[in-house]
Amino acid sequence: MSGAPLLEVDDLNVTFPGRGGETHAVRNASFSLGRERLGIVGESGSGKSTTGRALLGLIPPPGIVSAKRMTLAGQDLRSLSDADWQRLRGRRMSMVMQDPKYSLNPVLKVGAQIEETYRLHHKSAQGEARKRALAMLEAVKIRDPDLVYHLHAHQLSGGMGQRVMIAMMLIAEPDLLIADEPTSALDVTVQNEVLRILDDLVTDRGMGLIFISHNLTIVSSFCDRVLVMYGGRIVEECKAGELAAAKHPYTQALIKAAPSLEHPVAELAVVTRDPAWLR
Amino acid sequence: MSIEITPQLPPPGLSLGPSLSLSQWLLSDAPASRRQAVLGNGYRGLLSILANPAALVGLAIIAALVLIAVLAPVIAGFRSPTGQDLGHRLAAPGAAHWFGTDELGRDIYARTVHGARVTLTIVMLVSVVVAPIGLAVGTTAGYLGGWVDAVLMRITDIFLAFPRLVLALAFAAALGPGIENAVIAISLTAWPPYARIARAETVTIARSDFIAAVVLQGASTVRILFRHIVPLCLSSVIVRLTLDMAGIILTAAGLGFLGLGAQPPTAEWGAMVSAGRDVILDQWWVATIPGLAIFIVSLGFNLLGDGLRDVFDPKST
Amino acid sequence: MSASSLLNVLWRLGSFAGSLLLTLLGLTAVTFGIGRFIPVDPVLAVVGDHATREVYDKARLAMGLDRSVPEQYFLYLKKLVSGDFGTSVMTSHSILSDIVQFFPATLELSTIAAIIGVSAGVPAGVAAAAYKGRWPDQLVRIVGLFGYSMPVFWLGLVGLALFYGRLGWVAGPGRLDVGFEDIVTARTGVILIDSALAGEWEVFRNAASHIVLPACLLGYLSLAYIARMTRSFMIDQLSQEYVTAARIKGRSFWGAVWGHAFPNIMVPLITVVGLSYASLLEGSVLTETVFAWPGLGLYITRSLFNADMNAVLGGTLMVGAVFIGINLLCDFLYKVFDPRLRAA
Repeated sequence: MSGAPLLEVDDLNVTFPGRGGETHAVRNASFSLGRERLGIVGESGSGKSTTGRALLGLIPPPGIVSAKRMTLAGQDLRSLSDADWQRLRGRRMSMVMQDPKYSLNPVLKVGAQIEETYRLHHKSAQGEARKRALAMLEAVKIRDPDLVYHLHAHQLSGGMGQRVMIAMMLIAEPDLLIADEPTSALDVTVQNEVLRILDDLVTDRGMGLIFISHNLTIVSSFCDRVLVMYGGRIVEECKAGELAAAKHPYTQALIKAAPSLEHPVAELAVVTRDPAWLR
Repeated sequence: MSIEITPQLPPPGLSLGPSLSLSQWLLSDAPASRRQAVLGNGYRGLLSILANPAALVGLAIIAALVLIAVLAPVIAGFRSPTGQDLGHRLAAPGAAHWFGTDELGRDIYARTVHGARVTLTIVMLVSVVVAPIGLAVGTTAGYLGGWVDAVLMRITDIFLAFPRLVLALAFAAALGPGIENAVIAISLTAWPPYARIARAETVTIARSDFIAAVVLQGASTVRILFRHIVPLCLSSVIVRLTLDMAGIILTAAGLGFLGLGAQPPTAEWGAMVSAGRDVILDQWWVATIPGLAIFIVSLGFNLLGDGLRDVFDPKST
Repeated sequence: MSASSLLNVLWRLGSFAGSLLLTLLGLTAVTFGIGRFIPVDPVLAVVGDHATREVYDKARLAMGLDRSVPEQYFLYLKKLVSGDFGTSVMTSHSILSDIVQFFPATLELSTIAAIIGVSAGVPAGVAAAAYKGRWPDQLVRIVGLFGYSMPVFWLGLVGLALFYGRLGWVAGPGRLDVGFEDIVTARTGVILIDSALAGEWEVFRNAASHIVLPACLLGYLSLAYIARMTRSFMIDQLSQEYVTAARIKGRSFWGAVWGHAFPNIMVPLITVVGLSYASLLEGSVLTETVFAWPGLGLYITRSLFNADMNAVLGGTLMVGAVFIGINLLCDFLYKVFDPRLRAA
């Protein structure tokens, strides 16, 4: 399904020096990604979001990122200059963030924000960028692109805002999309719509997708493969369909903890943490 | 496979160990009495301030100010701040007069030291006037709500929009010179921000359950305001007061510079700067040194106020 | 613009005008109160200690002091509205004409200082926020801290002693050297403009050399406040997710700072600049005394020294009205221009 790997990560480590010592946010993470969907599941503090940001070079100082290997289609991501990053971000790899209330600029029109991504990577006339932005709004199933173009972020509902976010991040046609909790801030009814749109776009364009979430159920149904992170480490890697046969006790506990309509239980299972998992 | 719930808290009783040092007692996570909790909070606040070097400098400056003011005669070496020596007018700083002498031959060092008393007096008096007024207006408005709130806040907003210095000037001009009049003049325009702060806090607190409980117990409005609401507003008011202190000192010095406020022969820093105006080009020390004192004290309050705000209220601008 | 948003704007405009009027009324009540309740007998101030009982009574009637306080206040308001602020003991002119004569000098100085404050303060604040924790930040913070801990009159004196007395880089107190006065007819009252319009470049240069020191010192105080507030606003914005989103799109760091974060602080920044300008106007009472600058501030303090309470109150009223006007205008603009509040 994958072909040549799009993204290769070997022994990624992210540490944050602090007053009380170092915080090791990501430890020895290794994985690869083709033009497929990889889910990264974990709880808060597991390092999943940090991994995503490290891939985009967005770990702020004093954080330190190191890896034996971190390449996107052969391009080494480890010591890029600012100019290199500007060329790469948005155009080759991109990220959809969690809450459009905060990830869209409040004082600019949303249409202009979508256009901006295109303009940063293509020298085009004013009209061309706007056409593309409107086309992108249509692609994310927004019914009245001309109207929505001129709106501001606070005038959009959660679902619309997230679709604008997707439009903004996919307009320059990146090869890799990292979705960091893209549906966590949305109502359940809206979540499925947004996931469907993401599904269509990623499939149509043959992109690689990293789907970061704390929700194992969504990830297992949406993605081809799943990584489970705990305490900064990847503790499980398997195909989405084979989760039931997961080997690591944490994954097993997560699966057990998910409530099911088909098999209701009197008491929900709670994850028992084994400190051995952190070593 | 059995499911166990692992307790996350340490077992109780750990904080009641026999050999507990004072700081451990203050910092314990499970205070056993209200006094312990209050003292613990104060101690944590103190530690945060002490960890902030800028705030520490500010605290040191203010402590020095208080010390100098209280022990003024001693620190001035028992030199008189008002004794004139017309034979040695406008002497340069030297061994005999550390900061030189002014146009009437008075020792500037002694005058600067004694001037600390005036400054501290004004600062304390203004605080003592302004904080209670602000708290009274703000808590009443916030708690009673309705038209009382509307009227009081309207008045507060009107006073808030007034220019502080110019109105203090007009008041002091009308009331006449003197420290008490200067204090009144400054207080009349300085109280509104405290009313606003107190009201904002009161509005949040008034809805809480413990106030409802006290009301059900039959407490009168005055008692509720006084014993329950005001103490909770105090920390914000104190932070704001410290931040405003620098501005109050500058305003008071400005009034002194214009001849209002403390009158000769009392040594007041603003008035001393004014006296040194005419000779600034040749005898720079007469005006520069008292002004430096104003600057340092104002700086001290700003530093401490910034530090306090970082500790108590990191989100406010 | 739809009917409802037009109505919205009109409503806001109306409530702004209402606030302004109410606050100005409050100010007049305060100045009236000061004037009426001072310990000095106002009648004696006019007729002198040796007036006879008859003259005293006549003057008292003429001043309307036999009426009730609310009536007196109403008369006072009537006079103000018709432009009668009283007569200055010091200049013997009508106080209003004095104010009109002296105000432009204050405006000139405050405006130039405000321009300096904004053009230096805003970039400094942005740089401090962008380099938070590093030396540009520390520098801006220290410079700013010094700025608003300094008494303006002391800074002025020290500046004069240093840059005029010792170094001779700038001209001394006053607006013009004695030889240059009365060459240019006062059309706007702002010498820099008038002399430029008349082509009198010698006068212009002289005026500039007089204004540069006070304007720079006041500009420094203004920039201290503006830089601090700008830094604070920018730090808030730079920690927001939309700035990271801009970087993800491929925007450079400074592109994100100026193109995304900065537009978000423009509205509160307007308020800050307005407040700074208002406090420059207010501080003129001290600055102009030090620099012998013939503006409204000096007029007020000179009247003070001459015990001319009417002039003091008239000047206070003027400065107060402008101060209040700027404050409330900034409040109003803030509500109008924030798109988040616009829709609410």
